[in-house]
Amino acid sequence: MSFLSRIMNIKSKAHFSATPRGVRRAGDGKARFEGTLKRSGAQAKSRVGIIFAGFTVAYVIIGGRLVEYGMAKPETVSSIMPSDNLLASRPDLLDRNGQVLATDIRTVSLYAEPSKIIDPDEALEELSSVLPDLDAKSTYRKLSSKSHFQWLRRQLTPRQQSQILALGIPGIGFRPEKRRFYPGGSIASHILGLVNIDNRGIAGMEKYIDSQGLADLAAVGMTNDAKLEPVKLSIDLRVQNALHEVLVDGMQRYQGIGAGGVVLNVHTGEVLALASYPDFDPNDPTHALDPDRLNRVSAGTYEMGSTFKAFTIAMGLDYGTMTLGTTFDATKPLYIGGFTIHDFHGTRRVLTVDEVFVHSSNIGAARMADAVGLDGHKAFLTRLGLLSRMDTELPEVATPSQPRVWKRINSMTIAYGHGVATTPLQTAVAGAALVNGGYLIQPTFLPRTRQEADKVAVKVVKDSTVRDMRKLFRDNVVESVGSGKQAAVPGFDVGGKTGTAEKLVRGRYVNGHNFNAFLSAFPMRDPQYMVLVFIDDPRTGEHNSNLAGNTATPMVGRVIARVAPLLGVQPKFGPDGSATLVSY
Amino acid sequence: MVSRADRGRVADWFWTIDRYFLFVFVLLMGIGFMLSFAASPAVAERIGAPEFHFVTRHAEFLLPALAVMIGFSFMTPKTVRRTAVIMLIISLTLMVLVLFIGVEVKGSRRWISVGPLGIQASEFMKPAFIVVCAWLFAEHQKQPEIPGNLFAILLYGIVVALLVAEPDLGQTILTTSVWAGMFFMAGMPWLWIALLAIFAVGGLTSAYLLLPHVAARIDKFLTGEGDTFQVDTARQAIFRGGWFGQGPGEGQMKKIIPDAHTDFVFSVAAEEFGIIFCMALVALFAFIVMRGLSIAYREKDPFNRFAISGLVLQFGIQSFINIGVNLELLPAKGMTLPFISYGGSSMIAICMTAGFILALTRHRPETRSRERSLFSIAHGHPAE
Repeated sequence: MSFLSRIMNIKSKAHFSATPRGVRRAGDGKARFEGTLKRSGAQAKSRVGIIFAGFTVAYVIIGGRLVEYGMAKPETVSSIMPSDNLLASRPDLLDRNGQVLATDIRTVSLYAEPSKIIDPDEALEELSSVLPDLDAKSTYRKLSSKSHFQWLRRQLTPRQQSQILALGIPGIGFRPEKRRFYPGGSIASHILGLVNIDNRGIAGMEKYIDSQGLADLAAVGMTNDAKLEPVKLSIDLRVQNALHEVLVDGMQRYQGIGAGGVVLNVHTGEVLALASYPDFDPNDPTHALDPDRLNRVSAGTYEMGSTFKAFTIAMGLDYGTMTLGTTFDATKPLYIGGFTIHDFHGTRRVLTVDEVFVHSSNIGAARMADAVGLDGHKAFLTRLGLLSRMDTELPEVATPSQPRVWKRINSMTIAYGHGVATTPLQTAVAGAALVNGGYLIQPTFLPRTRQEADKVAVKVVKDSTVRDMRKLFRDNVVESVGSGKQAAVPGFDVGGKTGTAEKLVRGRYVNGHNFNAFLSAFPMRDPQYMVLVFIDDPRTGEHNSNLAGNTATPMVGRVIARVAPLLGVQPKFGPDGSATLVSY
Repeated sequence: MVSRADRGRVADWFWTIDRYFLFVFVLLMGIGFMLSFAASPAVAERIGAPEFHFVTRHAEFLLPALAVMIGFSFMTPKTVRRTAVIMLIISLTLMVLVLFIGVEVKGSRRWISVGPLGIQASEFMKPAFIVVCAWLFAEHQKQPEIPGNLFAILLYGIVVALLVAEPDLGQTILTTSVWAGMFFMAGMPWLWIALLAIFAVGGLTSAYLLLPHVAARIDKFLTGEGDTFQVDTARQAIFRGGWFGQGPGEGQMKKIIPDAHTDFVFSVAAEEFGIIFCMALVALFAFIVMRGLSIAYREKDPFNRFAISGLVLQFGIQSFINIGVNLELLPAKGMTLPFISYGGSSMIAICMTAGFILALTRHRPETRSRERSLFSIAHGHPAE
């Protein structure tokens, strides 16, 4: 007898002995039980019958629905807008120097007038010789229908058009249509976005333009084929091209699963270049919606790792809880609430602020955040816009994530970039505030002058903090132990901070899989441009190391070496030659 | 051939097993494997796994699942009951644990990882819960003094609380329907039925009011507005298939239907094999339910009757919800199609359910139709 039945047994015994009625019943129990059993048996039978009937109805409904689906006629009419709309223009997109990024070209679309077609079989066969991927079943249905007009294929190439003309099939014709063309292909794909077959913007700046009223015009049929005023973007195609090439090259060298970068004007917030890889060709958008083609720079969020130490130190300096002379004990790992905080490049000694930054000490950063406290830490990151969704024209912007409840341990890990996931773009924007004089300027993809920028700029850190941060950023590139030294470009005073964050895989941090970033600005004597490059999970790097200093950092160096002269930044070679001695 | 005179365990099994059930269960497993070739390569490709990742996994689970089903079918009703009690205790423990150490997927904690395997404890809970409830109802019916119904209600409360905590609304609805169906057959008074109906309506209303994703799905179903991508593609897949299907491997919609290998495998089947095939599939599920219920109708022993009808009820309701969602008869709700959908835990658990059904429907001489009551000793009846 099982355990449970024993319990039941005891219970039932207790019941019977407790009440006299029960005892009496126990006496003539057998007959009574059989009686109840029979009665309830009959009732149960009828109820089984009710359930049986219910299921019969349910399955009949399913069967009926299947028959209904089977009888349904597939639609032969495709939803295509009236032809006026097909010719509607979109404004050209230009870069800041007037180079064309996106424009309209005229194509033709193929239609049939089935009532005029003599032999649908022959027509289909001949069309298939030019358009082998035409769906035979549905095309045959369209050609043999009684209707007067059927679209067969949108946006033919000129070669296809001439071949079909040469076939001389009666009842087949062409209608002109506008099609979007991107001369640069994939170079600026994530900024420009793309349009669907009806020429509606579905991503990037194309979508932004539609949201500014163009889509509404099109919906009421007010668009026509008159040429529209082109829209100028803040993008510099030369810089964009350089950044894109460095990313493609870096992905090949370091074998990451994705990479991205952004070049920002620190004084105006203009985005000069933004690229994410893998990308797509907006002219052939087959893969545009694949999940790995997302715009990692603005729509991806990552734990930025040690890059965040720049914000932690700036916070300590700004709140005055420390100065550049303050020291932090990093002799042994920090134990807190069951967690241990180690240093990756263990120094095991007392470190100055500068050393915490250059050696990228987790313990030091954690102690700095602890000195400020939870509320101060949260308030500072909020002020830098790192905890809220960024406000810019691009529709693909992700919301950063943070712990639901901040505890002491959260604050201490966030100090070195674990626990808060931000988009790389907003990290670059916040970084710009640390070096441009302390102003947070929301990024824009449209041209913006210094005066306009000053109106939207918000002062977020003190001048003294900016001065100290410039020195720290620069030291990290100049000093021989600095993790940023491979970003040095002679004459352009590069400064920056690396970030090597261990990646979360199935909810756990794993060793060897990193997210690497380098946040930098140049020239550090008077910063003009911010450059952030990241590479996701590189398998290798310079000197066979997949740390940020050997992957993202040299990539930034290559970008700056190429774009700094184009952007008109004057190189300066110091009298002591310090800048010229560092090379890679 | 096994001799009728042979009274060994295997021979006994061979002559008493319900071959219709056995045939249909094995057939469904075969169809499920065949459909995994249709549905899952597209999904595997989408998540970046090797093309036949899910097919291989499906195959790996097939043999153990079959073994479990055959093994369970050897049980006597008493062992069924005991196994169910043990299974229920283990799976409820795991369901408590899953709330603390479970892996969170898409906002729900349902899986617990044991080594390389992810186990969904609630799948194993279902057959065990049904059998234990059948036992409680049966004991109450044999002897109204036993608070079997009360225990069944308490047990139901515990199970539903754990399911809601995960949260897993689909399993909650399924468990509730099966339990209510069994209670109904166990002779629940009509007043209680009314109360339970009010409770169910209240539960659904609060789910609608408190859980935004549930509200969105129901709104979508009622108004046809909002993000109807899944059901729209499912419908297109069935349309494309027509009566006879596009042919194996010719399906296109499976490339874009999310969960093509689990919740929407029916639509994928329709696109490749056609509506007539799907009707046959529905007929197989209908056959299980109808045959199970008619056996239960004739069955004398209350435990057997409740257990068989409860278990086939699970098959019936689960398949009805899944197919109903595919055919836009019900709001979108994640529910696997028994035997057909991909899912290790689900498949093994379904085979346990099937094994229980086979065990309970084995032909027994009428004299043995009444099991020795658990309480017979207490009343001084001689032991068997």
